[in-house]
Amino acid sequence: MKLVNPANKRKYHVIVVGTGLAGASAAASLAELGYNVKAFCFQDSARRAHSIGAQGGINAAKNYQNDGDSIWRLFYDTIKGGDFRSREGNVYRLAQVANNIIDQCVAQGVPFAREYGGMLDNRSFGGAQVSRTFYARGQTGQQLLLGAYSALIRQIGRGQVKMFPRTEMQDLVLINGHAKGIVVRDLVTGKIESHAADAVVLATGGYGRVFNLSTMGLGCNVTAVYRAYKRGALFANPCFTQIHPTCIPYSGEFQSKLTLMSESLRNDGRIWVPKKKGDQRPPNRIPEDERDYYLERKYPSFGNLAPRDISSRSAKEVCDEGRGVGPTGYGVYLDFADAIKRLGKHIIEQRYGNLFEMYHLITDEDPYEVPMRIYPASHYTMGGLWVDYNLMSNIPGLHVIGEANFSDHGANRLGASALMQGLADGYFILPYTISDYFARAGAQNISTDRAEFRAAENEVEDRIKKIMAVNGRQTAESFHKRLGTIMWEYSGMARNETGLKKALELIPALREEFWKDVKVLGEAEDMNQTLERAGRVADFLEFAEIFAYDALNREESCGAHFREEYQTEDGEARRDDKRFAYVAAWEYKGVGIKPELHKEPLDFENVELATRSYK
Amino acid sequence: MNLTLHVWRQKNAQDKGRMETYQAHDITPDMSFLEMLDVVNEELVAKGIEPIHFDHDCREGICGACSLVINGIPHGGKRGCTTCELRMRNFKDGDEIYVEPFRARAFPVVKDLMVNRSAFDRILQAGGFVSVNTGAVPDGNAVPIPKTDADRAMDAAACIGCGACVAACKNASAMLFVAAKVTHLAWLPQGKVERERRVKKMVAQMDKEGFGNCTNYYECEAVCPKNIRVEVIARMNREYLRALPKKIE
Repeated sequence: MKLVNPANKRKYHVIVVGTGLAGASAAASLAELGYNVKAFCFQDSARRAHSIGAQGGINAAKNYQNDGDSIWRLFYDTIKGGDFRSREGNVYRLAQVANNIIDQCVAQGVPFAREYGGMLDNRSFGGAQVSRTFYARGQTGQQLLLGAYSALIRQIGRGQVKMFPRTEMQDLVLINGHAKGIVVRDLVTGKIESHAADAVVLATGGYGRVFNLSTMGLGCNVTAVYRAYKRGALFANPCFTQIHPTCIPYSGEFQSKLTLMSESLRNDGRIWVPKKKGDQRPPNRIPEDERDYYLERKYPSFGNLAPRDISSRSAKEVCDEGRGVGPTGYGVYLDFADAIKRLGKHIIEQRYGNLFEMYHLITDEDPYEVPMRIYPASHYTMGGLWVDYNLMSNIPGLHVIGEANFSDHGANRLGASALMQGLADGYFILPYTISDYFARAGAQNISTDRAEFRAAENEVEDRIKKIMAVNGRQTAESFHKRLGTIMWEYSGMARNETGLKKALELIPALREEFWKDVKVLGEAEDMNQTLERAGRVADFLEFAEIFAYDALNREESCGAHFREEYQTEDGEARRDDKRFAYVAAWEYKGVGIKPELHKEPLDFENVELATRSYK
Repeated sequence: MNLTLHVWRQKNAQDKGRMETYQAHDITPDMSFLEMLDVVNEELVAKGIEPIHFDHDCREGICGACSLVINGIPHGGKRGCTTCELRMRNFKDGDEIYVEPFRARAFPVVKDLMVNRSAFDRILQAGGFVSVNTGAVPDGNAVPIPKTDADRAMDAAACIGCGACVAACKNASAMLFVAAKVTHLAWLPQGKVERERRVKKMVAQMDKEGFGNCTNYYECEAVCPKNIRVEVIARMNREYLRALPKKIE
């Protein structure tokens, strides 16, 4: 790994797109080292990136609980949780730096939960048998993001970071095959502008809104990474998307998002459905022996803390059997009655007070009195742009961090590991690895006057004009809903060949309809939220296809990717290590053309590929 | 239910702006206030009217993007609730609802119901952080922090930076917002190192941005969606007095 001399760092310029945990921590850390940073976000303030929504906590192998945790165990749990579809070296490094993150955040003034003796408190999360999750009530993501944001604004104040809020990346600019800049749209004025740098870092989050309804912020989109993909970056494992088991169920056509209820609730809540199909009795009238605590029954050693993919699929199973609860029949109970009896209402209130309030506000039901109703929803995407060990994509100079890359979670992410990975990439990995690229490529002081920038700006402007010119009858919103329905139906929690092939017919047809009939009002050179939405939906309509191709190609069930044709007799996932122990990295070949598959074989030197069992 | 909405429309910061009246049809009690606006917007687009612009993102009360003054009250008047969490079951069929942006000199309107709250970022930029670089830090448990102190810090740190406190205050004071950050860091040993410098710089920036002073009406506390208490303002005043005679760089 090459380094850049401290005195030379000021000669380099870096663009960081996105200011969530990964982006804010990277921008701040790079600036502290002396690099000149430009940071971009589409929100009105860097503090509002969607990392802020994470509730439950962040993992680290501190072993403060003396329960036998270690870096090795965190590494092993993560790689097993990902169903052996992630790169061993990356995951080990993640486990190694996890402890530093906690120290860093404490030093920034993140108010983690503490015990009476003044020491940091921990709680348990799914997929682990040790208590290693650090938390700040039900707002861990918020507190960690505000910590990273505070480091970022400190550098903005010092002039080392120039911040561009309400600015959305529209394209990546390559010069001689290297990523050297971006084209952006100022969302307030509608102006298209270019920015040049020696390297570009994408920290633009996940693409879970391809399902339309998800737990993600409404602005979350695939555009930045998809534009990079169209410029040649490989997209890895797009079909690996996490469906989170504990969200408030869908309630109507109008719905804009699904609200997550932290997985930490599964520490004390018990999940059940009635044993009888179509049992309409209120939950408190269903006697104990007529309830099916299905996770405890099927997975006695992990019980309600079984990993997310398994819990989600089990919920779908019991609802498909007709045993679901609530008005739609797509819901299961998460019941705190036993915990309240055991610990007292006061303790439950201390642990989950804000989550209970949120649930009460949304559903008008008091979870202290009646069990919560929950159902799985799209939440996190393990797939993302392909990166090497240095977090650089196959395009030299283009680095991808946080949820936007594919690297650490394999086919399924464990709870409280997203915050860990975002901050690991931003604080402790990218700031070192990017120097290797800089030292090799040298500072180039590139100007945005170059033809490559003009060409990219023209393409962006043409595309906006094209969208505005359609002047059809349907809103981008309605297309997004229809795309979401297709993806959820044929590419959601369980997939099969027929369904995926059907999706591959429906998506291009919908895309064609979009370009003939979308309606965007207002002007391009003005604040225009319908235009923003339309641009994002247009990209989702192209991206959805590689998603389906990937799901079709992967003829095995692993982690969150469940192919109905590949399951064991008792309905568990059947992985195929012989044929599919690889990263599927897709290369763009044109809109509507099947992308080309590249395979990165996954070699495991330190772990044995075991059948993932939580029984 | 069907509702009549009176909504502030303003093309941009230069435009004078005006109230417009729209009908909202077939609204169900489970909808959030913003989902109700989504429905209205879909109808507006169908009629060829540019939709109502408003800031929003997470739609679960944590990002702080949503704003809106609903019937004269920021976030609509339900305790501990942001606009995006507010459900339509709090309204009834036939209601007339007035929807306006957060109003304050320091929060200029961007378009319709969107305002520019970057003054908040600049206040935090002045001192709302601990000056620590990535890397050289001690173990997280090296300094024990009493649970009650950590809890009080967390109470204040829960602020989402939405600006409702400013919009509710007749002086457009940002004291609750600024005091929440000062208090959060003042309760923690990590924040104590720079406490004088922090409070002086943040208060100076707050004044420079054109926010008014606190005259103890407590409207801010009443509308705060995160239930931040006005006690933080008292704490900030104490921090400020404590810092006053000390020299800072």
